[in-house]
Amino acid sequence: MTELPDGVERRNFDGQQRLSTQGTPVYGEPTDGDWRLWDAGRSKLGAMLESGMAVDLSGVDSVLYLGAASGTTVSHVADFAGPTYAIEFAPRPVRDLIGVAEDRSNLFPLLKDARKPESYAHIVESDLDLLVQDVATRGQAAVAVDNAQFLADDGLLCLAIKARSEDVTADPETVFRRVREELASAYEIVDSERLEPFHADHLGIVARKR
Amino acid sequence: MTENATDRGWFAGLEPGSVDEAREAIDSGGAEAPADWPELAVDAGFAESESEYYDLLHEATITATRATVVDREQADDKQLLHAVRAMDDADRTANELAERLSEWAGTLFDDVGTGVGAARELVDRDPTTPLEARVISLAERVDDLATEADELRAFIQREAPEVAPNLSEMAGPVLAARLIALAGGLETLAKKPSGTVQVLGAEDALFAHLAGRASSPKHGIIYTHEYVNGTRPEDRGSAARAFAGKLSIGARIDHYSGEPRPEIHEELADRMSTIRARAADDEEASQ
Repeated sequence: MTELPDGVERRNFDGQQRLSTQGTPVYGEPTDGDWRLWDAGRSKLGAMLESGMAVDLSGVDSVLYLGAASGTTVSHVADFAGPTYAIEFAPRPVRDLIGVAEDRSNLFPLLKDARKPESYAHIVESDLDLLVQDVATRGQAAVAVDNAQFLADDGLLCLAIKARSEDVTADPETVFRRVREELASAYEIVDSERLEPFHADHLGIVARKR
Repeated sequence: MTENATDRGWFAGLEPGSVDEAREAIDSGGAEAPADWPELAVDAGFAESESEYYDLLHEATITATRATVVDREQADDKQLLHAVRAMDDADRTANELAERLSEWAGTLFDDVGTGVGAARELVDRDPTTPLEARVISLAERVDDLATEADELRAFIQREAPEVAPNLSEMAGPVLAARLIALAGGLETLAKKPSGTVQVLGAEDALFAHLAGRASSPKHGIIYTHEYVNGTRPEDRGSAARAFAGKLSIGARIDHYSGEPRPEIHEELADRMSTIRARAADDEEASQ
């Protein structure tokens, strides 16, 4: 069952219990006091938590986030976690990501390619508690395996796999099976689930580093 | 390399407050493996405490990343537009001057060819008269201009994928830059309907059609792409329409998100092979 870490709560928004974190609003999301809504439809990690996957984030302090884009999800992660390294490859979204990081002293934005961990291993520390990955590139499993070096033993991986980034023509289930097999070299899979209805043709995977 | 990159963090050798060096280290540095950088930074005396280290890291990553984003974006669409127009001007001028040169040089020397290649051969000659000196000097201008055009092309091939990754992947960097230049920028290209993208560069034919003097053009500058000119004539309209449709989606993704989106390239490839399969089907049917 999903263990919400300190700093993430289900609160009442528009008559529904929804995830939220405490921090400066980022994208015009609804707020309740200083709690702001974490919209599962805009965040794959949010969807993994919302759909009750076995994501145990309790005790998570340090985080590496691959594919931070403009910082929607990583802003929530930095709200509840400690040092949070955000990697994004495209300059345009990073402009927004920097704005998000300015309000969060524990969020470190980096314009780097997640497929080349050696280009940021001199900045991102070792023994991290959590690796979150949401990159739309071919070879998503290889990226997760290459970045396992940043995780502590037993460190947690939350991975969103986009089937269409691997192979548009293949059946998503075939893609997902291949991804699971490839991950096994570095991780033990704890849970995996399709992220419908929040995100079509996406698989959420929770795994522990071997 | 004398420096051992494997055990040095971004802060190695940095003086506090040295902004440019910190940016350089964050941008261009690297390590084979991560380490406990906060602890190592404190041990090395870079920071008093881990919390001070994180403050310094926060400041350094924001400063460095912001500067890099600005740099990367100044490789932006307007720069590309100037580069592609300059390339075309340099190309055209080199060819015009080469023609003039070949006419003139033919009166002085035997077996003078035509074009930029001939001009480059003339550059190697030693002038024996003031007249020959003028002709050879003109040849040097042609050579320089043609070289400039080549270098501009190389620049565009390097920069276009930064500015418009998806458009460049689909159309090739030079055609991507031409489309951006014809539209007047990436944003205006992103906002054009795909039917307009299809005929960009065929404005004369389009206006002739609108005036009732001609049939509607099937393609503009995208004709230069193999997807269009390599498709048999009866399917070219379909190919141009499908290609333009995907190009305008690519331009929108490039403008609004800027992130590479591999699946649209595969969709385009699929669509093109479907269109081209018609030729094979017809051939089979006629046998």
